[in-house]
This record gives sequence, structure tokens and C-alpha cells, in this order.
Amino acid sequence: MLALLVALPIIAFIAILAGAPARQAALGAGLANLALGLWAAFTWEAEMWASSVEVLAKPSLHLAFGFSDGMSVIMVLLSVIVTVAALLSGRAPAGREILYYGSSLLISAGAIGAFAATDLFFFYAFHELALIPTFLMIGILGRGDRREVAWKITIYLGFGSVVLLAGLVWLANLAGTFDIPTMVAAVKNGSLVIDPAAQKGIAALLIVGFGVLVSLFPFHSWAAPAYASAPAPTSMLHAGVLKKFGLYGLLRIAIPMVPGGMNDWLTPLLVLLVGNILWVGLVTVSQKRLDLMLGNSSVMHMGYIFLAIAALAASYQGPALAGALVDGQAVTLSSVGRFTNDIAGPAAVLLMFAHGISIAMLFGLADKIERSTGTLELTDLGGLAKAAPSLAFLFGLVGFASIGLPGLANFAGEVMVFLSAFKNYDPAAGLGPVQIACICAIWGVVISAIYMLRAYRRIFQGESVRATESSLDLTPADRIPALLLAVTLLAVGLFPNLLLSLFK
Amino acid sequence: MNLAWVLLFLPLIAAAANQLYFKRIAFIASVISVGSVAATFGISLMLLGADKSPEPLRWATVGDFSIEIGITLDQLSTGMMVVVTGIGLLVHVFSLAYMADDSAKARYFTCLSLFMFSMTGIVLASNFIMTFMFWELVGLSSYLLIGHWYQKDSAADAAKKAFITNRIGDFGFMIGILMLWGITGTLTFSEMAVPATVSTGVLGACLLCVFCGAVGKSAQMPLHVWLPDAMEGPTPVSALIHAATMVAAGVYMLFRVQLSIGTAAFDNFAGDTIAWIGGITSLCAALMATQQNDIKRILAYSTLSQLGYMVMAVGLLSGEAGMFHLFTHAWFKALLFLGSGAIIYACHHEQDIWKMGGLLKKMPITGLTFAIGTAALIAVPFVTSGFYSKEEILAAAFTGNKVLFGIAVSVAFLTTFYMTRAFVVTFLGKTRSDNASHAHEVGPMMFVPLVLLAGMAIGSAWLTGPLNAYVPEHEHGHAEGHGLILGASIASLLLGLFAGFALYNGKDKDPVSIPLFRDRFKIDWIYDNIVVKYFQDAFAAIVHFFDEFLINGLVVGGAGRIAEGFGGLFRRVQSGNLQGYAFAFGIGVILVIYLTVF
Repeated sequence: MLALLVALPIIAFIAILAGAPARQAALGAGLANLALGLWAAFTWEAEMWASSVEVLAKPSLHLAFGFSDGMSVIMVLLSVIVTVAALLSGRAPAGREILYYGSSLLISAGAIGAFAATDLFFFYAFHELALIPTFLMIGILGRGDRREVAWKITIYLGFGSVVLLAGLVWLANLAGTFDIPTMVAAVKNGSLVIDPAAQKGIAALLIVGFGVLVSLFPFHSWAAPAYASAPAPTSMLHAGVLKKFGLYGLLRIAIPMVPGGMNDWLTPLLVLLVGNILWVGLVTVSQKRLDLMLGNSSVMHMGYIFLAIAALAASYQGPALAGALVDGQAVTLSSVGRFTNDIAGPAAVLLMFAHGISIAMLFGLADKIERSTGTLELTDLGGLAKAAPSLAFLFGLVGFASIGLPGLANFAGEVMVFLSAFKNYDPAAGLGPVQIACICAIWGVVISAIYMLRAYRRIFQGESVRATESSLDLTPADRIPALLLAVTLLAVGLFPNLLLSLFK
Repeated sequence: MNLAWVLLFLPLIAAAANQLYFKRIAFIASVISVGSVAATFGISLMLLGADKSPEPLRWATVGDFSIEIGITLDQLSTGMMVVVTGIGLLVHVFSLAYMADDSAKARYFTCLSLFMFSMTGIVLASNFIMTFMFWELVGLSSYLLIGHWYQKDSAADAAKKAFITNRIGDFGFMIGILMLWGITGTLTFSEMAVPATVSTGVLGACLLCVFCGAVGKSAQMPLHVWLPDAMEGPTPVSALIHAATMVAAGVYMLFRVQLSIGTAAFDNFAGDTIAWIGGITSLCAALMATQQNDIKRILAYSTLSQLGYMVMAVGLLSGEAGMFHLFTHAWFKALLFLGSGAIIYACHHEQDIWKMGGLLKKMPITGLTFAIGTAALIAVPFVTSGFYSKEEILAAAFTGNKVLFGIAVSVAFLTTFYMTRAFVVTFLGKTRSDNASHAHEVGPMMFVPLVLLAGMAIGSAWLTGPLNAYVPEHEHGHAEGHGLILGASIASLLLGLFAGFALYNGKDKDPVSIPLFRDRFKIDWIYDNIVVKYFQDAFAAIVHFFDEFLINGLVVGGAGRIAEGFGGLFRRVQSGNLQGYAFAFGIGVILVIYLTVF
């Protein structure tokens, strides 16, 4: 069944190439996938979702899909929701419908494939598949210096992918299999022991590789120009969904397979993620254009998810502790470690989901502002709320969501991340590095409020800069994708257990 | 279904219904909001003194850990709910008249209901994360209501300033919550206990972080700057949110913490710092109030000053005195603000007291009720509620710290002085502008709330029992220094009245000019022109520069040049067919994988 979720967009893509009406075919696949994704959220533990097709016998390589745990389900759900919203946002330039909708479909298929794959090879390959249409959309249909931007993101993500590939290959060679659940189980039950030096090396490659893909500081400077240049559905899909691949990979691969190595790199990781939050946060404050501001803010918010990952890595107690007392009981297992922080993983996934929805909605609405007013320069805008009340309301809602207002999904994620960072805080020992990074991250909440409210103030409040026209506001067709995302933000924000209950 | 849940969620339902269905039907929206607050007031009265808290809901659960949405019912919360919903109801009714002609009346009432929901959540919260959630939500509703007239630059700026300043306080608050969680092992108020092993340093630092939240919300120095600007919002909002309830949330929260972990936990440098910040705020704000000309700003600085009193009392380990003053102050300050609203309404949105004058004859009900509110604020002995609560504060300062006692007495004098000034200039003498000369008494929808509030300004000190659990016994007085405190209080009152009358009676312009006080000690100027300009914007620009040129320019640009150095293939592709390149890239990558792996 999961294979169907991957196949539908690809089938629609082929149909479009064969001459089917692009928008209708794309929407059909997107909506079918949305329905399937929602169904999957309720029944993901059923066997019917998993599938495996042998591609190569030796070495054994399977095109295998399955929900390993709640994390995969949530990421697939994020993908299908954002896909529908992305297909409904933005306008295809005349004569470019095939490229426009086809690329969006391929990005969607690649993302779903990567999140659903249980095979390391396809996990990687599907992400690469999704990158190609991303480059194309920016390079051909982008705004501004699109070629330069496409070139830059290609080099950057190409570099990240190669580093990542090296790490994955190293790992696969040690494990002797591509099957991710088998690898994780082997590490857990102690049948696969990766020596500390290899762990450290692999973890370094994975942090840098996945890190580049998620715009970990200081590998972040591709992101904002790319999102500013890309057509709306591309920035929505990439910032909202595809970029999460790196974080997902760290949680799916690096944390369970090389926990000791991740723990070794804790301090550098903390420094870098604080760079994401404070450094990039300040860069965001000084932006003068809405699209660049949103792009940078999306880079900034990655720091919070890295914080949860770091808190998880920091809580790892290696096998060396065997025999020692933990929680008053002697550890009996002799060869495996354990994580003592059970909040961090769900916190990271919850925030990934929330961020994906909110950034997609922000990019979608920013595109509408540009289509209505012809500009995204903050100084050229003003008083739009009068002429475009629906746009102002929805932008305000998602703007407040992205700065962590309770009742909307991002807050639930952020507060869980902060709690996870203090989960293992020991007052007697003082503030540890994770807690100090967390305190820096909390200052980021102030920075977010500064740039988001400033932008809102400039765009929507004060005197109207442009003559008020009724056409400025959202049309009913514009409203559908925004409302889909807004309702998701509210539902998860009011009832985070909707998603958290998927973690058993 | 427990009534307390209805109390919490009814205003949210009202706000949601208004937003979804009645955006364009302002009349129905206002009826729904007023109806919901009237119902919650009734429920609050029924719950008064209840102490059986309902089972909490699980909001976010991971394994054994759960963030809960729960309700604490005890004397503190049920008493506070009566104050919040009672004043809320009167302000809603007053708003019906005050906002009658506003084009965005539906939005206004929707935001008021949202505020009632948020404030109820803070009061009833059973744990710290829930407090923080509703803490942020009152911040949102305050932002929306200050910015109600968002097309005015000053209103939009004030709204932004309020939210961001509060966020700065919340930075500390969140850290404090997390540390307290680490120290006590729980987020639930009723289960909190500080283990003896925790060092004073850690505990004190943690409590000061928690206090940061109160500094923001209750507008203590140095984060007080947002409250005077918040007066850009409609005046009933100022009465409800920026005088009676929301700004008191900081004091309420501190007292809730004191009740949970014990007053003794504050008996260290944390308590001292809190008391001093409260004392300094009360003094500076009172000084600033003496030179303001906008009637709402005078009241705003007065609110700052009285909040400083309450915070000082909490810091001096006399949270009961602070809460008592919070209860009485809420009624008479709401009265003063609504009274100023009536004046502003009658004077066609004139707010400068020097353009008023002689209004007592034109608006006798408003004038008399304003006089009663003033009497309560300046603590006229034995008959006003403000007298009894201020006595408790002075007594706390007397026992706790003699310097702070001196400050508190000076503040009492200054309060009398600036309120006498405001009253004399506004209500006595001759009328000084056209707008004011056309003023006449407001309608019953506005003066009935004033009269009811005036009754509470006198009577709230006597409403003991479950409503006001923290009212001490008045009759017995204080063993130590009672006579001295009473004497100082009465002397400062008389001196203030005398100075106010002598300087301002019959004057047409301010005979006193102290630019430093008028300019609020230049603190706002320093924030705008130094902190924001240099520490925030210039610093951000510098970081941006380095980001652009160092990380982007050198590192990435360098990498790009190296890549270009690989020769013609890349260059040809760059200048040519991008599609072809992208597919080549994809195929190349897959080839690389294949070759590496197999």
C-alpha cells in the first residue's frame, strides 16, 4: 500500500508527460495520496502497508517500504498534506504546466519514498530523485538570479549528498545489509557492534551530510536565496517537506546506529545549532524582503529540531555503563547502550511536522502577496489588512504559529523540545551544555517575535501604501490550501496527542 | 461535566463562534461575548470557595510524561475568578456603548472573549506549562486589542512593543520553569516541593528567572516601557487588561509559586531582588506620573507604581498583602480607567487633561465615581478599600526593610499628589477646550458600570471570606509600628492633597516642569535609539554582513570556484542546458552509489 503512495505521483507524472491535463492529474494524485495518508495514520500498524520487491539478489537489495514507527507515518502525513497545498498554491506560467506540476509531483514522490523506504539504498535514492526537479524548478521557473541560485544549491546539496553517501556506505559495509530495521535491531541487541572510532567517523559524515541538507550552520547559505527564487510550490515542498529528510535521517539512521558517535560530537553539534538559532536569527532580523526573511527563518528553526536530536544523543548511556546503577537498579545488559531521554525524539518529530506545515503556508501566502502587490520588499508594503482581511488573518495566524504561539502546532513542538533539553538536568551538577544551548534557543523565541511582528507590522498594519483594491485579498481558490494548512496547525496545536499517540 | 471546565472554555467557544460565523454581524458578536462573560461571572460566583479540582486532561503525552491541562480550584483561584469575570462583565457592558460606532466591533468583542479565555486559563492553571501557554495567549489578546486601530502607526507600534517586551520577560520565565521542573521534578503546582539538597544559589537563580516573566507581564522595570504605550488601545481594554487583570497576572503567578513551594524558598537574594525591583518601579513610575498630561498615561504610570507595590510585597515574603492590594486595586483602577474612558468619549477623544477642566459639573456621575476611585487609590483612611490594602503593604515593608518602607511612603505621597493634580485639572476650574465644553454625562450603559465599580472601590476590603481569602483582620492592627505606619500614611495623604491643590487649583497650564520625569527618565529613548538601533539592528546587520561575505562569499564561493575548476563539463552545463545537467547529475549520483556499493 505504501508503494502506492509513492507510485501515484509518478504515475500522474507519466500521464502528464503523455498529455493528460497537468493540473487535474497532479491534483488527482495529490488528493488520493492525502486520503491514503490519513488512512495510514489510523491503520499504519497493519501489515498491508509494508511491501518489498527484490531488485537485486546479490547483494540483496529490496525496493521495500513500510512504517517502521510513528515517525515515518508523521513524515508521510506531512508530505501528503503539503503536497496538496503546494499544488493548489501558486500559478503555473503559461505553457509551463508540464514542468510545473510534473516537478511538484516528483518532489512529492521522492519525499514520500524517502520517508517510507526501509532500505538504505532507496532511502537515499528517493531523496536524490526529489532534488532533481527542485533544481529544475529554480533554474527554469525561478525568480531573480535563478541560474546562480540553482548552481549554488546544486553544488551545496551535491556536496552534502556525497558526504552523506560516504557515511551510509561505510555503515552499510559494516552492517552487511541495506535493510534499515535489520541494522537497527542488530545494533540494539548487540549483534552488530561498531567500534568507537568508526562510530565517530560515521557520525561525523552523517552530521555533515544530513546537516548540509537541513542547512545546519554554517552550511545554511544556500537555503534562503533558493527559497526566495523558487516558485511557490517548490519552496513549500522543499522547505516544508524535503528538507526534513536530513533530520529524519539523523533520527532514523544516525541516532540508533551510531549513538556513541553522535554523543562524541555533542559539543560541536550544540555550537552549530546555536549558530542556526542566534546567528541566522540575527541574519533574519536584518532581512528587508519577506521571502528572504522567511527562508532564513526556516533555517533558524532547524536549530530547535537539532536541539532535540542533540538532547537525545546526549542522553545516550553507552555499554560501558553496564553493571552500574541506573535509577537504583543495576544495568544487566552487558553490550548495549540506552537513551534516557524519551521526550526528545517525539519532540523533534512534532516540531518537524509543525514547521513543515507552517513554513509551507508562509511561502504560499507570501507568493499570494507578491501576486497581488507585485513586491515583497517590506518597505514597499503597508496597511494590507484593510484591503485583504482574509490574507491578513491567515498570515497572522501562521506567523504567530511560527513564533510559537500556544494553540498552534509549533508551540507544542518547541515546548517539548525545551522540556527534552532539560529532561536530564541535574540541579546539583549545574547547567550542562545541552541546557545552555537550550537557553540560547529560548532567546531565539524573542528573535523570532522581533522579525515576524516587524514584518507583519510593515505589510499589514499602518497606512495603506497601495490603493485598496478588492482583488488584493485571497480568492476562494487561494483560501483552500491556506485553510488546509491552518486547520492542521490548529488541530495539532490544540491536540498534540493526535500525533504523539503514534509513538508507541 | 465539571462547571470549572465550562468556566474555562465558554469564552473560547464565544470567540471561535464570533470569528467563524459573526464577523460581519457585530451585534450578535457583542451579544455572544457579553453573554459568555455574564455566564462565567455567574459560574465564578457559584464556584467561590470550591476546592475540589477536576481531573486534568492530558494535552501532550510521551511515555510516562504528560503535559496536562488542569484546573486548580482553591480560595486564591476562585476569588481571582470573581474579580476577573466581574470586572470583565462591567467592561464588556461599558464597551457596548463605548465601541458602538466602531467599524470593527465584532473583532473587538472576539478579542475580548479571547482575552477572557486566556486570563481564566492563567488563573485556573494547575501546572506551569499551562500557565505559560495562557500567559502567551493573554500576550496575544493584548497585542490584538492594543493594535485594534492597527492603521494608526502608534497603535500598531505599541502592540508590537508590548508583545516583544513580554517575550523578553518570557525568555527568563521559560528558563525558570524548566529549572524548577528540574529542581522539583514536577510541573504541577500542588505537587511542588523543593528538596533540601538544592543550593540557595540555584534556587534563587531559578526563582529570579521565573520572576522575569512577572517583570514582563506586570510591567516592572526595566521592562515597564510597553504598558504606557499600551494605552493606544481602546480605553475599556486599558481598564480590563492593562490595569485590573492581565498586568496583575505576574503578581498572581508569583504568589501561586509562593503557595506551592513555600514562602521560605524566597527568603534569599531572590526575594530581596524582587522587593527592590518592585520598590524602584513603584517610585520611578510615580515620579513619571506627576508630569504626564494624557489622562490615560497618568493612570498607566499609576498602575505601574501600584504593581510595584504588589511585587515588593511578594518579594518581602508578604504575598498575602500583595494579593490583597491586587484585589482592591483591580476594582478601583478599572473604575478610574472606565471613568477616563467616559471622559474621553464625552470630550470627543480628547485625552489631554489641560484641554479639559470643569467636567464635574458637566458629568456629575462620572466625576463623583472618579472621585471615589481616586480616594481609594490615594488611600483615604477607614472608608476606602485601598486604604486597608496599602496599610498591609506598608506594614510588610516596615517589617521587611526600612528603606523600602521609606520608598513606599514617598510613593503614597506622590500618588496622592499626581491624582489630586489629575482630578483638579480635569474636573475643577474652567473648561479649556471646545471639545470639553460640549461634554455631557454619558448614558446608563456607561455610568452603571462606573457606579457598581465605585461601590466595589469602597466595599471590596470588607468582602472577606471565600471571595477575598487574603484579607487580613482589619480591626486588630499590627503589633509592631502600627501607629507609625498609620501616621506616615495619613501624613503623606494630607501632604499630597495639600501640594496638589496648592499647585494646580485654578491653573491653566502646568506650573511645574521636570523634563526628566516627563520623558520617563529617557528610558524609552535609550531603548529605541540605543538598544534597538545598535544592539539589535546594527548587530544583526553586522552578523548579516559576515554571513553574506564570510560564509557565503568565501566558503561557498570558494567551493564554487573549485568546482568550476573541474573544467569544461561544468562550465558548458552552467551556460547551457540546465535540464540536461540536472538529469546528468541525478544519473551520475545513482551511478556513484552503484559503483561504490557493488
